[in-house]
Amino acid sequence: MSETTELGQNKMTNKIVSETAIQPSVLSRWIKSISLTSMAPLIALIVLLILSAMVSDHFLIPRNLTNVLRQVSYTGIIALGMTFLIIAGGIDLSVGSMLALVGVLVIMILNHLGDGWMAVMIAISAAMALGAFFGAINGWLTTKGKITAFVATLATMSIFRSFTLYISDAGEMVSRNNLYSDVGTGYFLGLPVPVWVFLILAIIGHILLRHTAYGRHLCAVGSNPKVASYSAINVSKVYFLSFIILGFTVGISAVMLSSRLNSISPGDAGLFYELDAIAAVVIGGTALSGGKGTIWGTVIGAIILGIINNMLNLSGVSPYLQGAVKGFVILIAVLMQYKRAQ
Amino acid sequence: MNKTLNEPILRLENIRKSFSGVQVLHGIDVTINSGEVLGILGENGAGKSTLLKVISGLHQATSGSVYLDQKQIHIKNPAVAKKYGIAMIPQEFNLVSTLNVFENVFLGQELKQGRFLDKNKMRERTQALLNQLETHLDPDALIETLSVAEKQMVEIAKALVHDVRILIMDEPTTVLTNQEVAVLFRLIDKLKAQGVTIVFISHKLKEVKLLCDRLMILRDGHLVSIEPVAGLNEQEMASKMVGRELNQIFPEHSQASTEIALQVEQLSINNLLHNIEFKVHRGEILGFAGLIGSGRTEMAEAIMGLRKKNSGKVKIFNQDVIIHAAKDAVQHGLAYLSEDRQGSGLIMNFNLPENISLISLKKYIKGFIQHKKTTESAARYSEQFAIKAPSLDSELQYLSGGNQQKVYLAKWMDTDPEILILDEPTRGVDINTKKDIYHFIHSLTEQGKAVIIISSEMEELIGLSHRILVIREGKIAGELIGKEIEEQKIMFLAAGVNDKTPRMEPIL
Repeated sequence: MSETTELGQNKMTNKIVSETAIQPSVLSRWIKSISLTSMAPLIALIVLLILSAMVSDHFLIPRNLTNVLRQVSYTGIIALGMTFLIIAGGIDLSVGSMLALVGVLVIMILNHLGDGWMAVMIAISAAMALGAFFGAINGWLTTKGKITAFVATLATMSIFRSFTLYISDAGEMVSRNNLYSDVGTGYFLGLPVPVWVFLILAIIGHILLRHTAYGRHLCAVGSNPKVASYSAINVSKVYFLSFIILGFTVGISAVMLSSRLNSISPGDAGLFYELDAIAAVVIGGTALSGGKGTIWGTVIGAIILGIINNMLNLSGVSPYLQGAVKGFVILIAVLMQYKRAQ
Repeated sequence: MNKTLNEPILRLENIRKSFSGVQVLHGIDVTINSGEVLGILGENGAGKSTLLKVISGLHQATSGSVYLDQKQIHIKNPAVAKKYGIAMIPQEFNLVSTLNVFENVFLGQELKQGRFLDKNKMRERTQALLNQLETHLDPDALIETLSVAEKQMVEIAKALVHDVRILIMDEPTTVLTNQEVAVLFRLIDKLKAQGVTIVFISHKLKEVKLLCDRLMILRDGHLVSIEPVAGLNEQEMASKMVGRELNQIFPEHSQASTEIALQVEQLSINNLLHNIEFKVHRGEILGFAGLIGSGRTEMAEAIMGLRKKNSGKVKIFNQDVIIHAAKDAVQHGLAYLSEDRQGSGLIMNFNLPENISLISLKKYIKGFIQHKKTTESAARYSEQFAIKAPSLDSELQYLSGGNQQKVYLAKWMDTDPEILILDEPTRGVDINTKKDIYHFIHSLTEQGKAVIIISSEMEELIGLSHRILVIREGKIAGELIGKEIEEQKIMFLAAGVNDKTPRMEPIL
């Protein structure tokens, strides 16, 4: 090939180029991957663990820890899906209401089908499908309808909650299937089932984000949609899919929550879950402007939120102040991101 | 304004600057005189923009001192620079597109009457400034309705609101047509007559020769020379910049084949393009000339499926193809290097392998992305194109313009294209990189690929093309083949018969 000779000759004669021409360096990649900036959430978590252990003797009791993880997993699972959507440059405020709607529908389906594992399996599949479907509605409104994600999901937040209250007549929905509660209350190898589901979904999410074309395309779309479309990427399809992924995780979270309680309360199930999920994503280092983020960061972000709640409970801080602490943590996380960006 | 001419006004002493450990400026000593036009030449990454950003307060020097009128000053930010009468017109404009001209001119320095904005006074002052600049801009016009050249005028007016002593311009002519450049040059002349010092970055040697009093040449963060421009010819400038003799910039034409690679028929877009028809052969370079806004970029976008067309047939190697989206075009071996590498070309927070493999990602997937393979392939390209980057893992935003352009080329080469449409392939790129790119394009034709070049740089079009089509107002105005290709003829066709301004020629 003649360009190699041309450019090769150029390289020989041009000292500047040959001196600084780059080599792939495993070392530099490694150093970069453990740099302080990306480690900030993990460092914060470790500091928090040490603090909590010092503040309360009860904190390190295994039962307390597994309880914290279980509490974290409901919003954590949603936060995983939220990470995808936020990286794509979107946001979804409807996830809390969506969870309640899916939860109510699942229990209705379950009670219609009656007893047995088969009914439980069908109901769980239905929850995933319904979540994905409601996610698709949000996706459709934003891509085809060209409504900004914030406004579209603000509207569906209200709509989903309203339907939930209507179909349940605002009354508590209780499952009559005697096996359903085994899903949410069960343990496997010492950890509650919802925690396993959270961790397994996190691993799948990480692989999807880092190691597949979809994940790469997602980052490109969130970073610069015009560049993405000029790079032969179907921007609206990628964006649309991230809403479906989020809806799917909401469906799973609805199963975990309703099976744990064997019931769901249409008025306050999932209330403010959207805020906790978004907070976990932000604390985990994903920028709200999109384009870049990590799943493990979100996992850590969710755990940080859970530990803070637990620590405040254990140390007897007024529950009315817990929201303030959560708010400060979010502010600190965002301020740190901002400093890093500078 | 300072009327004393040719006295030292600004002195830089041993200015050093490094970014996260990488030294970009290695101790620059320069004295700038009042009322002169000082040109700055250098390859991409030589440190020109960094130096000017230090002077204008956008960056802080790592060490070194700045003296204004013999007194040491500390330029902490652009506002301080402005106070000292130093203003910079950046390469990318900082205008709010939803506000109008006078609101932008006074943005952040609004005139007030009591607690409220004094809009009338701001409008009047803006009008006075625009008159001084000899433009017919309306102070109430919205920025988003203006052309690039008009926006630049607004930036200049913005700089002139305060008494400006030193006006810094970072590649102001890259985005302008020849007529607009002529206007800008007249303006610079006028400012100079008023005693304003102009510091001017350009990649175009002709311009520098024409416009500047003295010339400063930077190479790799070092000052190579600073001397009156009168004693230098273009050849000398270029070799000082590059640090060696530049031999032939344009390669010999290769022999085009008769096999048609791409054929476009009856391509029309509402109000933009009318019945465009052309063919490109294997091994041929077809140039598209025309003024900015003539529809050349839109034509390329329509062919690539990036823009809706009203009619038009595309044949590739004599096969009818249907292209709905860019994906279809890529599948048929088409590649389109857009004119705006930052806006539509590269993801600035992706590293080299991520950018290079973005379109061709399928090649690297065996179940999952083979990260090692994408890195290896990026390493190959950076060696082939001599890409300068801190490391392969660097985000693209940390590379200079020329190196970004090379990454952009690599990104498209990785799709194994047969037909390449290159839109302004050397925009904002230094001579040495330009030459590399020209020779690379030449090597593509030797491999039998078909190349379309859209460019506003006459020399480039004439030097590279076998054949040139001139587009005027969305129609093909004429075709020039081989020896017929002359600058005069192209301009004549591009501007239309009535407009007889051939090319910006000396106004000085």
